[in-house]
Amino acid sequence: MKKVVYLRNVSTLKLNTDLCVGCEVCINVCPRGVFAKENGSVKIIDLDACIECGACQKNCYTKAVQVRTGVGCATAVINTALGKKGSNCCCVVEPCNSDSQKSSIRSSGCC
Amino acid sequence: MRHPSLKQPFVISSIQSVLGPVPVVNNFMTFADWLGTARVRCGIKRENYMVDPGLYAFGSPDSESEILVTSNYKLSFDSLRACLKEKSFWILVLDTQGINVWCAAGKGTFGTAELVSKIMSCSLHRLVKHRCLIVPQLGASGISAYETREKTDFKVIFGPVDCRNLLEFINNGKKSNEAMRTKTFTIADRLTLIPIELLHYIKIGCFLCLLVLIISGLIGSGTDLENVKGEGLFIVFGIFSGILTGAFWGPMLLPWLPGRAFSVKGLFIGLICALLLLLSRHVFYGNPWSWNEALVWIFTISSVSSYITLNFTGSSTYTSLSGVKKEMRWAIPLQIIGFSCGMVLALVTIFDK
Ligand code: SF4
Ligand code: SF4
Repeated sequence: MKKVVYLRNVSTLKLNTDLCVGCEVCINVCPRGVFAKENGSVKIIDLDACIECGACQKNCYTKAVQVRTGVGCATAVINTALGKKGSNCCCVVEPCNSDSQKSSIRSSGCC
Repeated sequence: MRHPSLKQPFVISSIQSVLGPVPVVNNFMTFADWLGTARVRCGIKRENYMVDPGLYAFGSPDSESEILVTSNYKLSFDSLRACLKEKSFWILVLDTQGINVWCAAGKGTFGTAELVSKIMSCSLHRLVKHRCLIVPQLGASGISAYETREKTDFKVIFGPVDCRNLLEFINNGKKSNEAMRTKTFTIADRLTLIPIELLHYIKIGCFLCLLVLIISGLIGSGTDLENVKGEGLFIVFGIFSGILTGAFWGPMLLPWLPGRAFSVKGLFIGLICALLLLLSRHVFYGNPWSWNEALVWIFTISSVSSYITLNFTGSSTYTSLSGVKKEMRWAIPLQIIGFSCGMVLALVTIFDK
């Protein structure tokens, strides 16, 4: 099945090829098939598929991948704008307790 | 370390390990588990649907058995144990405050720090001879494999996105293929997400409708009751159609609707819905509508539907924050304008009569 892709050219993902050692970890952790190895070096082959989840950045030990992470969730963006905390957001299915904001690493204020 | 309670309904016995008694969990879902799943999917009391964090046994694991890591959201835990079949495993449940792996990974609660602390507090070094953990791949945005290794000597292997592929993954020499690595968003995935959205908006819709009915009763032309039955119900019908289209048809038909932006998809299906309703009103009731009325429907239904579909970005699995923000910058103002136009026209229609 063809990959469903959201808006074009919006992802903040950057790959610094000077730092990359080609370990392929990013290829393995990305849930969207954004990276691939071509002619011996790892490349971004499908930037528009990136959902900015940050798995690649978190697991690249050379810090060759940079991305501004967040959750693509309109409800969360609205709630943040309204100053609400811990509301139902990307967890529209899953709960988000307001008192569970232990170590929020995301800018969206979402779960 | 405090072991998870043995009194939890899915615990069938306990086994002795080097660390003392470890609860053994059921390998199938009981009726009560299914009921709980259905309840949570409808958004009822889903905040506290969790299991005790800590170490569990599945089957009769020993010092060679694999360790699977998951969150303490009961749905995640249930789906994991339901797909393990006959093998034996250790299951390490991280404390994510009852949030699923993906959301918790994004939040950081399903993260390196929590994993490291559970590895230590459950003394995994003494429990097993190997130094390997299988973590769901969607946890990778919270867990750094190389940091975990540095801190605990345990090697994190990211397993498949969907735990139903787990056994195949293990038989494959713990290698995932591209299909296992990719997060899909099938019609079945979307169907399970719809009830909660729909119920949420219906609640808001009911409140809005009550308001509309009261106002139409107060300001309309005929007797109070006539107004409520006439224009009032007309608007109520419009609001609910908008909700149904945005929260059900929008998500259902998502990949086939035109445009990339969710609000455009919602707008499109909303327009279709409005036109169909106008047509059916013509066919079944035979009373032609005025242009005003037609525009009220078109404006309200399509803006409500567009807004609700836009909010489905959070449930979808292929949107990014940058994308959503970009879309919202133009979509939200347009939706507000559209809805306001509809409301103003509705008032004009009522006063005209
Ligand atoms: S994880 Fe980092 S170093 Fe390894 S291939 Fe990807 S970008 Fe290169
Ligand atoms: S941020 Fe997520 S989706 Fe984007 S490339 Fe990295 S792992 Fe893939």
